[in-house]
Amino acid sequence: MAFYVVQFLTGLASAASLFLVASGLSIIFGVTRIVNFAHGAFYMIGAYIAFTLTDRFSGAFGFWGGIVVAAFAVALIGVLVEMVLLRRIYHVPELFQLLATFGLTLMVQDLVVLIWGPDDLVGRRAPGFKGAVDFFGQAIPSYDLFLIVLGPVVLGILWLLFQRTRWGVLVRAATQDRDMVAALGVNQKWLFTSVFAVGVFLAALGGALQIPRDAVHHAMDLRIIVEVFVVVVIGGLGSIVGAFVAAVLVSELNAFGILIFPKISIILVFLVMAVVLIVRPWGLFGKPEAAARRTPGLTVNPWRPLTQNERLGALAALIVAAALPLFAGNYALTVGSEIAIFVIFAVSLHFLMSVGGLASFGHAAYFGLGAYGIAFLAKMAGLPMIVCLLLGPLLGLMGAAVFGFFAVQLSGVYFAMLTLAFAQIVWSIAFQWVSVTGGDNGILGLWPEKWAASPSHFYWLALGVAALVTCGLRIAVFSPFGYALRATRDSLLRSEAVGINAKRMQWTAFVIAGTTAGIGGALFAYLKGSVFPDNLGISLSVDALVMVLLGGVETVSGAVIGAIVYKALNIWLVSQTDLSKLVLGAFIMLIVVVFPKGIVGTLEMLLQRRKPLAPPGPTILAKPIESAE
Amino acid sequence: MKLAVQDLNSYYGPAHILFDIALEVGEGEVVALLGRNGAGKSTTFRSIVGLVAQRTGRIEFEGRDVSARPTHEIVRGGLGYVPEERRIFTDLTVEENLEVGRQPKRPNAPHWTREKLFALFPNLSEMRNRPGGRMSGGEQQMLTIARTLMGNPSLVLLDEPSEGLSPKIVEQMVDAILTMKKEGVSIVVSEQNLHFARLISDRAYIIERGRICFGGTMAELDARPDIRDAHLSL
Ligand SMILES: Nc1ncnc2c1ncn2[C@@H]1O[C@H](COP(=O)(O)OP(=O)(O)OP(=O)(O)O)[C@@H](O)[C@H]1O
Ligand SMILES: [Mg+2]
Repeated sequence: MAFYVVQFLTGLASAASLFLVASGLSIIFGVTRIVNFAHGAFYMIGAYIAFTLTDRFSGAFGFWGGIVVAAFAVALIGVLVEMVLLRRIYHVPELFQLLATFGLTLMVQDLVVLIWGPDDLVGRRAPGFKGAVDFFGQAIPSYDLFLIVLGPVVLGILWLLFQRTRWGVLVRAATQDRDMVAALGVNQKWLFTSVFAVGVFLAALGGALQIPRDAVHHAMDLRIIVEVFVVVVIGGLGSIVGAFVAAVLVSELNAFGILIFPKISIILVFLVMAVVLIVRPWGLFGKPEAAARRTPGLTVNPWRPLTQNERLGALAALIVAAALPLFAGNYALTVGSEIAIFVIFAVSLHFLMSVGGLASFGHAAYFGLGAYGIAFLAKMAGLPMIVCLLLGPLLGLMGAAVFGFFAVQLSGVYFAMLTLAFAQIVWSIAFQWVSVTGGDNGILGLWPEKWAASPSHFYWLALGVAALVTCGLRIAVFSPFGYALRATRDSLLRSEAVGINAKRMQWTAFVIAGTTAGIGGALFAYLKGSVFPDNLGISLSVDALVMVLLGGVETVSGAVIGAIVYKALNIWLVSQTDLSKLVLGAFIMLIVVVFPKGIVGTLEMLLQRRKPLAPPGPTILAKPIESAE
Repeated sequence: MKLAVQDLNSYYGPAHILFDIALEVGEGEVVALLGRNGAGKSTTFRSIVGLVAQRTGRIEFEGRDVSARPTHEIVRGGLGYVPEERRIFTDLTVEENLEVGRQPKRPNAPHWTREKLFALFPNLSEMRNRPGGRMSGGEQQMLTIARTLMGNPSLVLLDEPSEGLSPKIVEQMVDAILTMKKEGVSIVVSEQNLHFARLISDRAYIIERGRICFGGTMAELDARPDIRDAHLSL
């Protein structure tokens, strides 16, 4: 019994940091409507700076002072980020905001390693809380007890801040209708900056308070952000009480999940999340959101049929690509195969985004599942390659069918967060379930059979499949199903009024996209000869999004061009520098801020410059106003 | 001159909505902006306070051109705006709604306190802690006006204050507006209801399809039944 109580208390202690970070994310989202992906990065910087300060300055004052100063320092960095980056992207679609803040996360990951090195850093114990309290023979660290008390105290302080101060009233008002707040004479810029600073402060404090419990390392950002997404999905975005309750719930599920499913403890959290989503799609304490904001792909219809010339052009490009083995060496062909595979991956996501209006942040899950499908079939069942290639993607299909069912219940940022959390769950399973998946070591020795073994043959295979998949998806788009799907994307209510079952449509699209990604993953497994958990990781999911955005979501050929350019650039970059995340992160932010239409979109825009401008004469452009609804 | 608008043109995307609007409001005056549904009354108000992104023209408030200023600066300068949709903060209580509108005292404008406003709108004083979402339409209308007055404006743009209200509440609204006027607030009120406008206004403009087609005193308007019948639905 005592053991379970201690386990429960450990869970409560873990909830404190999770709550701090999640409430910060919620507060920021409430006012700015930005889901700040970089929140995990601020948490991590908080931990690193606190480590340095508490290490440098001794005594109780050095420790507690160091933690508080670290949180303030990071809040200051947050202010800078808000003023330089976020102010430029408040009016862009939410997908771009997620991506830009993800780009920031990438940069921070490299910067942190540059400054503090790649090794885990073990911080000081908290003065005054070094020992443990005996509880019927079980030891409870007294620092845990401190954290258990801290959580509700912070909740109380936040409550006072929001209920009893003018700032809190303004923030709550802006959460509901920020334009009206401006129309009453409040400077939104200042309000947004201060809200962001408070949110970042909470995240950094959460990170700083972790140092006596956990080693500081450069992957802690992604781990926390996924948990935080799970927390806000369960608790409801924008609700601080929801963040608290869900943080406790998730931490307890983790604490006890280890006892029930030691290998795949995350399953329990997933099950609870699934139940909450079915019963209350907006979380336990959240409010139903008004219709989601514009998703990319809404303004232009990218799915016009190709003109005769464009068809000939595509065919010519394909013929040129097919001729590559006649003059290129083996390395170039391997790169070519990889690019072709990523074309498949990007095209599948593009299908989901521009036709279904659904931007998945966890598309790599289905890519990776396809790869693992191959590994299971080939290594364990020993099936021939052709059979594997046909059946392997079915694992992607099954994953997409299960997760897609829940994901399409939501839209907008919730959809993005949920798909990301799902992908991370699949990743954790691949990582933790060592007996089946090999864990971190992956599954090795998956080589293609002789007929496809030579680089040129494999290249032709990958190219052929990529061409087929691209054509196949286009055919689907122009089928009755495709039309219904686009109707759903453009107006959910109207399409339901004419008898389209919108959720079923979106689910089908999700499954198609997932299966297609699985085909890419299957080929990828053969290309690399191995599968690893990274094949379903977040960074691969984001790669896919960047490819689509780079090409241009709102264009026909965007995904293909984006995949080719991005993958080639990426391979080159990794061979050139160790700081590829830093460069890539900056690159992503640049695309979002400067070229949100992508390569193809920007080219098309340049070609159409003759279009007359709407208002003649000098135009006063006040800041763009979002509609209040 | 309190407010002078010249050559105001406004657009929603490619749609040209307002054409060369010109308006003037004198110190302490109540001016009505009359017009049918969709004539452009709300757009005119939204343009004046900078809530329409695409607009050209000159907007002079207390002698300063404010057309390039952001909304919150215009409002802080003493130009209050009461939107047609009311836009009460439904999660906030009455007192908190008032708090959002609070601005420092202004030398050239009457100073409003909570207590003064509760005296002006007695209904509100009985529900100080009630969330805005649980109020009737009439109570919400009073709250938006009170909220804007908390900013101590010297001029208020009132967008269709009588819309959808019962005759009894409309009567209270007339009293409140006359009190505001007596205190020295200049007012522009948009209306479709000529009877209501007549009770409170010194002068009137008529707007039709984005153009001002009449401007004059109420007596001059009454002398031109042709104009009244052509542009207003009674
Ligand atoms: N957000 C918008 N986007 C595009 N057009 C708009 C928008 N808001 C209003 N309009 C158009 O602008 C014109 C003027 O609208 P406005 O709301 O200013 O009229 P109004 O005189 O206030 O009407 P009402 O009495 O119905 O409030 C109308 O034709 C309307 O359709
Ligand atoms: Mg109107």
